[in-house]
Amino acid sequence: METTIDKKYTYKDFESDQEVRWCPGCDDYVILRSMQKALPEMGVKREDVVFISGIGCSSRFPYYMNTYGMHSIHGRAPAIATGVKLANPNLSVWVITGDGDSMAIGGNHFIHVLRRNINLNIILFNNEIYGLTKGQFSPTSLVGQKTKSSPYGNTQPPFSAGELALGAQARFFARIGGNTPKEMTQIFIDCEKFKGTSLIEVLQNCPIFNNGCYDEYTNKAVREDKQLFVEDGKPMIFGKERNKGLVLNGLKLEVVTIGENGIEQEDILVHNAKEEDVTLHQMLVRLKYPLVTGIIRSFDDFTLEEREKDQTDLVKSNSKFRKVDDLFFSGDIYQVI
Amino acid sequence: MVIKQPKHQPEILEAVIIRFVGDSGDGMQLTGTQFSDTSAMFGNDIATFPNYPAEIRAPQGSLYGVSGFQVHIGSVEISTPGDEVDLLVAMNPAGLKTNLHAVKPGHTIIVDTDAFTKKNLEKAQYEANPLEDGSLANYRVIEVAMTSLTKEALKDIEGLDNKSITRTKNMFALGMVYWMYDRSPEHTIAFFNKKFKSSPAIIEANTKVLNTGLYFAETLELIPNVYTISPAKMASGTYRIIMGNTATAWGFLAAAEKSGLELFLGSYPITPASDILHELVKHKHFGVKSLQAEDEIAGITSAIGASFAGDLAITTTSGPGLALKGEAVGLAMIIELPLVIVNVQRGGPSTGLPTKTEQSDLLQALYGRNGESPVIVIAASTPANCFDYAYEAAKLTLEHMTPVILLTDGYIANGSAPWKIKSANDMPDIKNNIVTKVDGDWHPYERNEDSLARNWAVPGTPDLEHRVGGLEKDRISGNVSYVPENHEYMTKIRAEKIKRVQNYIPELTTEFATKGDLLVVGWGGTYGSLHSAVKHLNEEGVENVGYAHFNYINPLPKNTEAVLKQFKKIVVCELNSGQFSKVLKMNFNGLDLSQFNKVQGLPFGNSELIEKFKQLLK
Repeated sequence: METTIDKKYTYKDFESDQEVRWCPGCDDYVILRSMQKALPEMGVKREDVVFISGIGCSSRFPYYMNTYGMHSIHGRAPAIATGVKLANPNLSVWVITGDGDSMAIGGNHFIHVLRRNINLNIILFNNEIYGLTKGQFSPTSLVGQKTKSSPYGNTQPPFSAGELALGAQARFFARIGGNTPKEMTQIFIDCEKFKGTSLIEVLQNCPIFNNGCYDEYTNKAVREDKQLFVEDGKPMIFGKERNKGLVLNGLKLEVVTIGENGIEQEDILVHNAKEEDVTLHQMLVRLKYPLVTGIIRSFDDFTLEEREKDQTDLVKSNSKFRKVDDLFFSGDIYQVI
Repeated sequence: MVIKQPKHQPEILEAVIIRFVGDSGDGMQLTGTQFSDTSAMFGNDIATFPNYPAEIRAPQGSLYGVSGFQVHIGSVEISTPGDEVDLLVAMNPAGLKTNLHAVKPGHTIIVDTDAFTKKNLEKAQYEANPLEDGSLANYRVIEVAMTSLTKEALKDIEGLDNKSITRTKNMFALGMVYWMYDRSPEHTIAFFNKKFKSSPAIIEANTKVLNTGLYFAETLELIPNVYTISPAKMASGTYRIIMGNTATAWGFLAAAEKSGLELFLGSYPITPASDILHELVKHKHFGVKSLQAEDEIAGITSAIGASFAGDLAITTTSGPGLALKGEAVGLAMIIELPLVIVNVQRGGPSTGLPTKTEQSDLLQALYGRNGESPVIVIAASTPANCFDYAYEAAKLTLEHMTPVILLTDGYIANGSAPWKIKSANDMPDIKNNIVTKVDGDWHPYERNEDSLARNWAVPGTPDLEHRVGGLEKDRISGNVSYVPENHEYMTKIRAEKIKRVQNYIPELTTEFATKGDLLVVGWGGTYGSLHSAVKHLNEEGVENVGYAHFNYINPLPKNTEAVLKQFKKIVVCELNSGQFSKVLKMNFNGLDLSQFNKVQGLPFGNSELIEKFKQLLK
């Protein structure tokens, strides 16, 4: 959004009068507050902001934002948001969805919105479980996971949101832990600046039905050693000591220690989020150790609304039709006297 | 080129029905369209109907691969494509076999004898050649070796392969028919020049074959009679021939211009509705926005998004697609946003008969959603008035802030007829409920006292930020509400809002009689068939039969019961098993209702209707 605004908002301007009803301790609160804090930094007018959600715990989000919003039907938010954005490309459009909403019932819309690259942002609350329906396995639940609907263990292998997204031509993909609000806020600001469909996967802990599912990566005690937070143009270094890094060994990424076996900082891969070739981004997305967070891919491309606008402008400039009457009274018409 | 006119004085006919049939690759749709356009420009009233297989290129010569186009032209009012035909042009044995039953005994059949090969006869499951075994003795058969004559005519034109040459044989047939019915080929030649602008050889070939067919018919005098059909007495004005689906698309274009809103179409291809999509995507010059979506659900939900953002939003589909859209219709209904859903009905259930017509989605349109979710349902009744009802659907949805389902069907959607062109200036104004600021507090679910429509505040409007959603909403603020009394109140007010549309739609009228012994009742696309059947009775002197046709189904016109009660008996005629009949029974007590139903994927025939009505009058 290039518009200038008269007043400086604070997060309070984006709080609605509705009482927030998520379970105590849920990461959804972190996401909500990060968003309310990010919006004043984006340079968008409040009335131009639209949140569209599907169904699920996460999808109550729009009710808590003092912006325009729609809590729609299960899985369809990307399609509704596409309509909003095509109708008015000046709006800042956000999709709020969960793992079940986006990758089960809404799988089709999810892949197609990414393919089309319309300029909107999708926040995917991935808690690897169905929360609102009280604890069934989701398309991101692990094999063997015991849930209400898999008492002997889940037999369906999971999707990786990032792999699915990149396979569907996502131009922007970021992943962030649900307990790191500062980084999350910045990613929200960055994804709004990005022109195209942005997908942000938040590793969101559900304290009731899947508590601790990301603990091995997100727990404060291990976070720095288990997560690699990538930044464009910077070497992929992680660890409490900042001495671990990634190098390419053949066709695989390998974790190395700087200062050991002759490895120096210069040997560490430098992150290029803007690269068109998706190969390395796919490898980063798949990596389990370290788990890669931050903006993994941010490739600049034409958006759907740009292509539509260019085409419409061209058709308009070549057409003799200005009013519908020009069309109705053109071609094979005849008079009856 | 000078075209010679028929030598002998043509015999004058009031009306004639012609059917062109052949393989689905034989160009029968084009041939039929050319004949009907030419006749319309000559001043005839016309009605046309294409009948083609669901397969794009079914195996050549097969019975199920036959494609047909029927045209009814007249110097009198023509309201249907007609039943039995006066002339059948059959380009192959399969076409003859599947259409012979429709030819009036004693009438004419033109066949391409070159196509009556052993192989083709076998494919058409003929044991003997019908041209030789005497089975066509009751018809006047004109045998012409069209394929070889076409080849001969084009032998000197360079740059044409064998396939392109053979493909022009439909123009030979058309040339013959032009001569038979005293029509000039000018319009068709002009059409070639425009359509094949970039390939002069194709223009030359088609023109030559068309004229050759015409000369051939004239010279050889195979055809004993030549006919003409004088211009019809139609209201003066500027006309064009329009297909129902095009008229639907144009109705929305007019509504967008008139309402000052931009048009958004979210759609997924489906037969027989896709032509509306094809038409609307052409019109980016009017700022039409469209999304060919990933599925039916995205078609409607993208339209809901566009509506939320302030566009005149529509989605187009056919029966199975409406089933998929059901949940989203409910969303649009509870969030009370404008949205038009067009259902071009086809034979069901499931995939059913995609290329055939039926009226079996009425109850789906009325009730095919979870919860109590009434919406406005209206139906167009002729190819040309698809324009008016598309416009009306847009007007109603914008003025009443509730979804409208517009029902058409394969018969009127693919049929064409003369349309006295309406200028946007002639159309009624369309108001909308958009608000840009409010005095005092903003309550998204406050309503207009008369229509009960709520205000429409679109994103981008300062200070009117609000949230809508599929959860039950508080009657004023629109916030989520689980209060039991509020839910009941909202359920009732949403129903009442639809009911009050009665105050904004025309009352029901009858044709031919306002009271009497029998009222024929129809709705939607059967208007032409029913109107002409009752008219026929009336012309025979039967004056106690009236005809009422419904375009407004939900709500029904206010005076419906009063009109129905003027007749002793009522017969509800539908191309389904009695869905509208159920609706009437549910709404009104004490009516003597009988039904006439047909579920064959075909329109009503004139004679079957007349027979039924006479039987009821006994």
